[in-house]
Amino acid sequence: MNTPAEPNSFRIGPDEQGMFGIFGGRFVAETLMPLILDLEAHWEAAKKDPAFKAELEHLGTHYTGRPSPLYFAERLTEHLGGAKIYFKRDELNHTGSHKINNCLGQILLARRMGKTRIIAETGAGQHGVATATVAARFGLPCVVYMGATDVERQAPNVFRMKLLGAEVKPVSAGHGTLKDAMNEALRDWVTNVENTYYLIGTAAGPHPYPEMVRDFQSVIGTEVREQILAAEGRLPDLLVAAVGGGSNAIGLFHPFLDERKVAIVGVEAGGRGLEGDEHCASLTAGRPGVLHGNRTYLLQNEDGQIKEGHSISAGLDYPGIGPEHSWLKESGRVEYVPIMDHEALEAFQLLTRLEGIIPALEPAHALAEVIKRAPKMGKDQIIVMNLCGRGDKDVFSAAKHLGMEI
Amino acid sequence: MTHTRIDKAFARLRAENRPALVTYFMAGDPDYETALRIMKALPGAGSDIIELGMPFSDPMADGPAIQAAGQRALKGGQTLARTLEMARAFRQGDDTTPIVMMGYYNPIYIYGVERFLADARAAGIDGLIVVDLPPEMDEELCLPAIGAGINFIRLATPTTDDKRLPKVLENTSGFVYYVSMTGITGSALPDTSKVGAAVSRIKGHTSLPVCVGFGVKTAAQARAIGAVADGVVVGTAIVNAIANVLGPDGRATADPAEAVSTLVRGLAGGVREARLATAE
Repeated sequence: MNTPAEPNSFRIGPDEQGMFGIFGGRFVAETLMPLILDLEAHWEAAKKDPAFKAELEHLGTHYTGRPSPLYFAERLTEHLGGAKIYFKRDELNHTGSHKINNCLGQILLARRMGKTRIIAETGAGQHGVATATVAARFGLPCVVYMGATDVERQAPNVFRMKLLGAEVKPVSAGHGTLKDAMNEALRDWVTNVENTYYLIGTAAGPHPYPEMVRDFQSVIGTEVREQILAAEGRLPDLLVAAVGGGSNAIGLFHPFLDERKVAIVGVEAGGRGLEGDEHCASLTAGRPGVLHGNRTYLLQNEDGQIKEGHSISAGLDYPGIGPEHSWLKESGRVEYVPIMDHEALEAFQLLTRLEGIIPALEPAHALAEVIKRAPKMGKDQIIVMNLCGRGDKDVFSAAKHLGMEI
Repeated sequence: MTHTRIDKAFARLRAENRPALVTYFMAGDPDYETALRIMKALPGAGSDIIELGMPFSDPMADGPAIQAAGQRALKGGQTLARTLEMARAFRQGDDTTPIVMMGYYNPIYIYGVERFLADARAAGIDGLIVVDLPPEMDEELCLPAIGAGINFIRLATPTTDDKRLPKVLENTSGFVYYVSMTGITGSALPDTSKVGAAVSRIKGHTSLPVCVGFGVKTAAQARAIGAVADGVVVGTAIVNAIANVLGPDGRATADPAEAVSTLVRGLAGGVREARLATAE
């Protein structure tokens, strides 16, 4: 394949049709189209409204706890013996991950649109918890669709959502994971289109969701830029983040895309290896297709049927990826690599022992890549990794994988 | 105005002063051979237009019945290539009944749009309904299909207001499929007067026939909807007729083709009485 000509800027997408090159778009049923167009109009207006921005920033500061710290991981750096490693600590946010950044933005938008009911899909339950949280905060009823398999392996988050007043609907279709939950949420939306706002958790789905979620998450990269300049007086050499749907990654990457000296790596779930079907490395092992409202890289068979992925991390267990990542891969700006289940599990333990931070299994994938790269880099070089979620939710399943009883 | 089997069928029905019965079933459900027998039985039972469902792993606008039918078909090895093969086999014995393929875009995209249109035309396909391709995405498949002489049939819904209707109708040909409510396939039917008003509204914008679907299950409903529309689409009821004769192991306990024929004969009777009912 020919490499497309390098654009003047990597930050101009999407175009008016919601496309990032050939990726993105609005592949939805006609029932949803008027709503998607209405959402886009409200989003365009909100973007330009200083009051919207001010309210979101106020909530970010006083409810989420922003800015999250940029932490120099001294012991890990020493242990690996190479580049200086910084963590963007979005795991310290209220609700324990970056998901709240997006949920606050979208619920303010839902309120502007006069919607009275919130629905969401969730995999690991982090987005479900964040959605249930903002729904409670704004007094709106909330239904969260969650794959039956995930309901089982993420029991603490299911309980959290229920405590917060959300109704959790298990979805048993397919393998009962994130993809199936998203199908069911879309079916709910088609049925209750009048009063319902679909609060999508990642930078995927029909336009304008990928752009909107990215912009709400870009607070991560914007803060990193200021913080690393304050700490080191220069930009980092390398950014690393885990990609499932890709919202934490695009949030870190986007403000740096036009800084050509900053190398950027996205880490996919390699599961049990890329040879079979037990992985979620859609960019490394998939090909472009159309699902859930957008064209993007998907795990699929030769007939265009979507495969069920596998990852040790429920949050990465999705056979697709946000469309902007597909475009960044093809344009060559961002490199995407897989990390296996066992590598993530080792990184999970290492960070816990060396820094006293229990990471979620999702950023543990990013960490495993940092562990590979840092020793090969100079001591004067700088890596920033997005530590996008904390591991409290994962201790039970990690114990099981490590053969411990708790 | 195009000149497909669909256009000819509606011209004939206008002459007969009756609405069309449009029947949906899933290609490959419960297996290829049985599905082909079902397809061959449809015209004789009174179906005027056949909607041939293309199974997809993630049917976002379908209810449990059609989801399950798609899963049965995929499990039985159905692919888009096999669905085209089924249409070709049907055409050998029937060159007049229109066939509309209905499903989602990804299998077509992966098959390759140009290759798909060429093979569909060769197989005797007259129209396409692709749920996740709104007018905003017309360059993907709609415009190439029109170029290949295949009708692209669009869904209009209760959320398609007067401002949007012209955009939805712009590149639509064959007929307009009015989805009688916001929701997934197989839900309850709304009241007939609302449907009649919606059909009139659409007809204010187009001379194309308007067929109504989503929720029609009985002959009485087919008769009521047929009184206010140019065609009645039945899908979930047919898919259920197949599912009802399958045992827990997936094997048929009675002939699915016969079960479908019985249902369709009843529906066809309802449709044929529709205009008589309004004349009374």
